[in-house]
Amino acid sequence: MTKLPSIGKPVSRLEGRLKVTGSAKYAGEYEAADLLYGYVVNSTITKGKIAVIDTTDAKALEGVIEVFTHENRPSTAWFDFQYADMDAPPGTVFKPLKDNEIKYNGQPIALVVAETFEMARYAAIKIKVAYIEEEFETDLESNINQARDPKKGLASMLKPPPPKPKGNFEEAYQNSFVRSSGEFKHGTEHHNPMEMFATTVLYEGKNKLKIYDKTQGTINSQMYVANVFGLKMKNVQVIAPSVGGAFGSGLRPQYQLFMAVMASLHLKRNVRVTLDRAQMYTFGHRPPTLQSVKFGADENGKVNAIFHKAIGETSQFEDYVEVVVNWANMLYPAENTLLEHKLVPLDVYSPLDMRAPGGSTGMHAIEITMDDLAYRLNIDPVELRLINYSETDKSSDKKYSSKELKKCYLQAAEKFGWNKRNPEPGSMKRGNKLVGYGMATGIWDANRLLARAQAIMTSDGKVEIKSAVTDIGTGTLTIMTQIASDELGLPIDEITFSYADSAMPFAPIQGGSFTVATVGPAVKAACKALNKKLFKKAKNIQDSVLSAARFEDVIFNEGFIFLKNNPELKISVAEILEANDGKEIKTTNTSMPNPLVYGKKARAVHSAVFVEVEVDQELGIIEVKRAVTAVAAGKIINPKTAESQILGGMIWGISKTLHEERILDNRFGKYMNANLAEYHIPVHADIHELDVIFVEEEDYFVNDLGVKGIGEIGIVGMPPAIANAIFHATGKRIYDLPIHFDKLL
Amino acid sequence: MNNFSYAKASTVDQAISHIDGDIRNKIVAGGTNINDLLRYFITKADKLVDINSITENNSIIRLDNGGIRLGALHTNADTAYDPIIEERYPLLSKAILAGASAQIRNMATNGGNLMQRTRCYYFYDINTPCNKRDPGSGCSAISGYNRIHAILGQSENCIAVFPSDMCVALAALNATVNISSPEGERVLAFAEFHRLPADTPNIDNNLKHGEVITSIDLPAQGFEKNYSYLKLRDRSSYSFALVSVATGFEIENNVIKEARIALGGVAHKPWRILEAEDFLKDKQPTRENFSAVADLILRGAKGYEHNMFKIDLAKRAIIRNCFMALNPESQRPGAKPSL
Repeated sequence: MTKLPSIGKPVSRLEGRLKVTGSAKYAGEYEAADLLYGYVVNSTITKGKIAVIDTTDAKALEGVIEVFTHENRPSTAWFDFQYADMDAPPGTVFKPLKDNEIKYNGQPIALVVAETFEMARYAAIKIKVAYIEEEFETDLESNINQARDPKKGLASMLKPPPPKPKGNFEEAYQNSFVRSSGEFKHGTEHHNPMEMFATTVLYEGKNKLKIYDKTQGTINSQMYVANVFGLKMKNVQVIAPSVGGAFGSGLRPQYQLFMAVMASLHLKRNVRVTLDRAQMYTFGHRPPTLQSVKFGADENGKVNAIFHKAIGETSQFEDYVEVVVNWANMLYPAENTLLEHKLVPLDVYSPLDMRAPGGSTGMHAIEITMDDLAYRLNIDPVELRLINYSETDKSSDKKYSSKELKKCYLQAAEKFGWNKRNPEPGSMKRGNKLVGYGMATGIWDANRLLARAQAIMTSDGKVEIKSAVTDIGTGTLTIMTQIASDELGLPIDEITFSYADSAMPFAPIQGGSFTVATVGPAVKAACKALNKKLFKKAKNIQDSVLSAARFEDVIFNEGFIFLKNNPELKISVAEILEANDGKEIKTTNTSMPNPLVYGKKARAVHSAVFVEVEVDQELGIIEVKRAVTAVAAGKIINPKTAESQILGGMIWGISKTLHEERILDNRFGKYMNANLAEYHIPVHADIHELDVIFVEEEDYFVNDLGVKGIGEIGIVGMPPAIANAIFHATGKRIYDLPIHFDKLL
Repeated sequence: MNNFSYAKASTVDQAISHIDGDIRNKIVAGGTNINDLLRYFITKADKLVDINSITENNSIIRLDNGGIRLGALHTNADTAYDPIIEERYPLLSKAILAGASAQIRNMATNGGNLMQRTRCYYFYDINTPCNKRDPGSGCSAISGYNRIHAILGQSENCIAVFPSDMCVALAALNATVNISSPEGERVLAFAEFHRLPADTPNIDNNLKHGEVITSIDLPAQGFEKNYSYLKLRDRSSYSFALVSVATGFEIENNVIKEARIALGGVAHKPWRILEAEDFLKDKQPTRENFSAVADLILRGAKGYEHNMFKIDLAKRAIIRNCFMALNPESQRPGAKPSL
């Protein structure tokens, strides 16, 4: 009798069929009796005041129920902290319809509520607004003289500020055998998950709400609604059963949630508010960032001096920060470092986490600089990384809990055929095309927070696991079921994972690549606790064959508890349940890292990325022909969903490098391409061969499942690897993103 | 979108009478552009006249002069995949298939393709000045973000470009446009159909309001032996050309007997210079000659802050596409560069 593990198997998504057949329901698709529909009106100026907002014509239309503006908004919470969500940066959270002040272009200024969506949208154009316009600034580059240190706050816990200077950077840099420096910039990147933001609020009487919301944290939305509208937590239930991608956009409540709840409470009706695609460009985004990097190395290639400065955009009301400049010294153990991160407040909405926030920004600059150093030293780029390889995070002087990055370099290089590379730029050709090979390193945190989970065994021997965690398309449902399956020794079809409901046990927002490492151990702990309860009841059965056994002596498999060294001795779960009078057995457990030891080691997930590009010699057209990513992320619970995560990250990396470009016209203070026709993301024809390798990495320090997160790592190394490949193909070092082909003419 | 009434026409005469020469009445066929224009409040319609039920213009027929007639209501996709078009006018087929997306080509009609409006960002945003949308308000693109804008034939009033791929091939093929109007039938040479912006960028073409495009005729000469369509853009599909080139050659004994070269993505209409094409007549297909013809086509080109690259790019594209036309079998899906 051997227990077949589910962990490590490429189990297909349990909800896959529902999703591909269109049966899965999203927040904006829930039906409700006499549902009202809201449509948001957005500001057409960038800064100033609303002088007059005339809603008379809109209200006069048949089917329009109410128009909410700052003039008639029902009262909400007074204090700033009551608006703060789990991902709120230091500052003052934006409050929709608070007053007549306009802080950014596209700011929501009214909500029309009508009996149909079409009527609400039509009525919206009948609202007449007169503004008093004021001067504004939206351009990062022309305002760098405003750059200042970010305010610190709760967010600094997961996003630590740059470490203090070490050694003497300037002296070490000047004395370096080789030096490389560069100035990097990229523009705003917008959140465009396939599903747009939507909230359906069911009014259940007496200030009691059931809310279907697009979010990455049901409890985050619940807390926000309860605080802002003065409701009891138990009277606010937030459910997010299917989320059509979020990538960080759902880490904070978006304004449609506020609007829908406000309207529902005031009208005592069921209300839905959905944003359209253009409105997806009116909230948080990856901030445009300017970076300056200087690396110095000795004649053997050892990097001894690191300078990395980032200047990022933020809004006038919050200090959004991300970790941009900390990564170089986590990877490369230089003794002399100078790392700075500054913010420029502009008249825009607060930036927001987007896949590998800061990491994909910083590593772009770091890994291009490393490539440039490799050329200056005449050392192979992989070799240069190995020369600077460290088992210790030099920035904190802590040893990594595990780091199989070397395996990543070697396995990916082998699969890619890196040894066929002639290092001379422009030396490899295919017809009219220049061929370039480039590589880069990726790194991201392996974090874990606190979570709870409940396990319930019903009288039929099946088990339900409950957690408030969402599944934003990453495969959480499937993976948690696999974890429970192995712990309980039950096939996955006898386990139901119930999730994405704020009434269920606590889980934090689903982001930062920490979900499996956070919720997974809680599920495992609840299952183990359930097993213990079963075992105890098994021992108490009259004449129990397990009466003398300890918990360590037994295993759970296929509905039986066996004695490990004598499997003949067993008790069926059915028997235990019968002895329990058919009552269900349940347990709720908390799981968190041990605070006494958790901080003693550095924890990170790593990757090595290899890319081949073809560049048309005469026309500059760039094609990413192949890419191989090797990832060291501890135990991979489900290779299928994990591979999807990495592939998605790689494709987004191509998008970020070659396609995505916001067109911000600073004369108007607005994005001119707020749609998917003009804000380019890749099409199928832009994506060619992509390979993913997961290298073996054992790490039970990070948690007892041995898992690190993989949500972010796929994107991190792609932009620099592509830029480095383009350099190899053309001899042109392009520091900015996106790289349009005309830069290669 | 504003409220409008809806009428269905099942003959060309009915369509003309529904429109009644009134600027507030608009025709809808595939709807792939007017839908955007209505939703963005660029076009205001009191009445939409749906002409999809007209059966007299929805096919491809052979003409007695050896040419072909493309029904105005035949879809772009059906046209591109029609065996006659694939065999005799592959340049047209390739150009159509380089445009938009499969879904849009399935809906879009041949007549509608000629009528699509520019994709200038400022044109689509009613909160910014635009002479094409709001004559006299100014051009936001000239000193704004003008990567996608014109380098040829523009005016100080408008630097928008005409976005069609199909029309670039139609221009190269010397197509003619058949029009029904309340006064009767008339025919416009393709080069006469679209306009340059000059002082009236609000007027895209010479179709008078109240007239209906019924079909497009192609002459017998299809350049099926030596042709190529090249489209350069920021992604491989569903994006408009920064520069595109339609090229057709008739070659005998390594001497060019006839050449056609039309550019897209660079002007307010498909761009052809007949003098340049004449230059290639009786010359050999060499890089030197292709380079000289490119210079002739691009004479007077003027760029702006973000599209200066187009002048050099267009030259390179013309030369490459001449070579691609010599090796039409090398062409790749999506009109990507080959060779």
